[in-house]
Amino acid sequence: MPTFVYMTSCDGCGHCVDICPSDIMHIDTTYRRAYNIEPNMCWECYSCVKACPQNAIDCRGYADFAPLGHSVRVLREDTKGTISWRIRFRDGREKNFVSPIRTTPWGSIKAPSDYAAPTADDMKSQLLAHEPESLKVEKLPALAPDKLKQGLV
Amino acid sequence: MFTANPFAQLSVSIPPAVMQAYVVLMIVLVAGGTLADLMHKKSARYFFEYWRNVKRRGTRPVGGGEMLSLAIRTAVVEGLTSGEFCNPQRRVAHLLTMYGFIAYVVTTLILVFAYPTSATPAPAIVPALWYLGALLVCIGGYWFWFFIRVDVAAEGHPPYRLVRADLFIVSLLASTTLALIWAIVQWAGGGTGAHVLLALYLLATTVLFGSVPWSKFSHMFYKPAAAFQKRVEQANGSRRNLPAPANVPIKFESARRPPRNY
Repeated sequence: MPTFVYMTSCDGCGHCVDICPSDIMHIDTTYRRAYNIEPNMCWECYSCVKACPQNAIDCRGYADFAPLGHSVRVLREDTKGTISWRIRFRDGREKNFVSPIRTTPWGSIKAPSDYAAPTADDMKSQLLAHEPESLKVEKLPALAPDKLKQGLV
Repeated sequence: MFTANPFAQLSVSIPPAVMQAYVVLMIVLVAGGTLADLMHKKSARYFFEYWRNVKRRGTRPVGGGEMLSLAIRTAVVEGLTSGEFCNPQRRVAHLLTMYGFIAYVVTTLILVFAYPTSATPAPAIVPALWYLGALLVCIGGYWFWFFIRVDVAAEGHPPYRLVRADLFIVSLLASTTLALIWAIVQWAGGGTGAHVLLALYLLATTVLFGSVPWSKFSHMFYKPAAAFQKRVEQANGSRRNLPAPANVPIKFESARRPPRNY
């Protein structure tokens, strides 16, 4: 179910080239537009479909596997923090979904690389990364032997 | 220098009729090349076939008045201000190149047809705009070539790598660069150097206008048509099967950054 590019809509910006985790979206040397150079290596992650500012990329199944006539299209609006899907079935039914991407401004959450690397003591501790602060508790709850009921092991 | 008509100086050695015939030939090559490209790729057939699909899939009718309004908006936003580009650098480079090319071509036509000899001196503004137009093409074009071009910016290819997609920009830059150098050398005294530069300038210009069937020259005709079709799709509800924009307010700054080669 690989992606393909509508070259009339593509303006050759290169966002899909950047984002493809499989490194299969590249620029055609005749038209300087994007295209999928290896459709059978596409894992249909929809990264390029969502990243394209012109919505020029779509995804479709192989004709021997998925008959034509359906449509799954996505619109990612980063300024609104939403992602919308429009799914059209072959029998004409249509389903629309809108989901939030995030509720905080872009760049407001620290990336993992922005945190200090764990020390040797941190690696020996039972606490996981960012605990206990990320759990919004002062310390992790734990069982104490003197609190256990008598007669129980 | 910048108010001297380079074609009037050239008319001493080349008759104005020959210059005018060459310009007409270039216009014919562009028109013929675009038509040949259209017929070869069957672009018109597919465009109107898709147009019928758009109308069939539409959920609301679009009247004549609305169509006219969409056409005007396309002409102003996508045409005059290159609004399709989301990257501001690409947009500015394209505007420089586009308006520079328009100024360069229009003033060439005026100088060659209306003021071809020294006996018909051109108003100073016309040659000045000719120089300015060529210069703007060079600024926008070289900026695009070395820094913005997606092969270089996103794919990491070296700037000197040439592919068929570069035919238009290379011939355009060669034509305008050689035009400027030739005009300056000719104004400074001419000689053999000016003749050689003129020959190279004519070669680059002929390649620019003659390679339309193989280059991206005709994008200036196709892109406005595609942009208008996109606006009609948005207006009639088909939106190329895309979902409607979410009914929530804009609350964040865009997170898009220019692509960069990793």
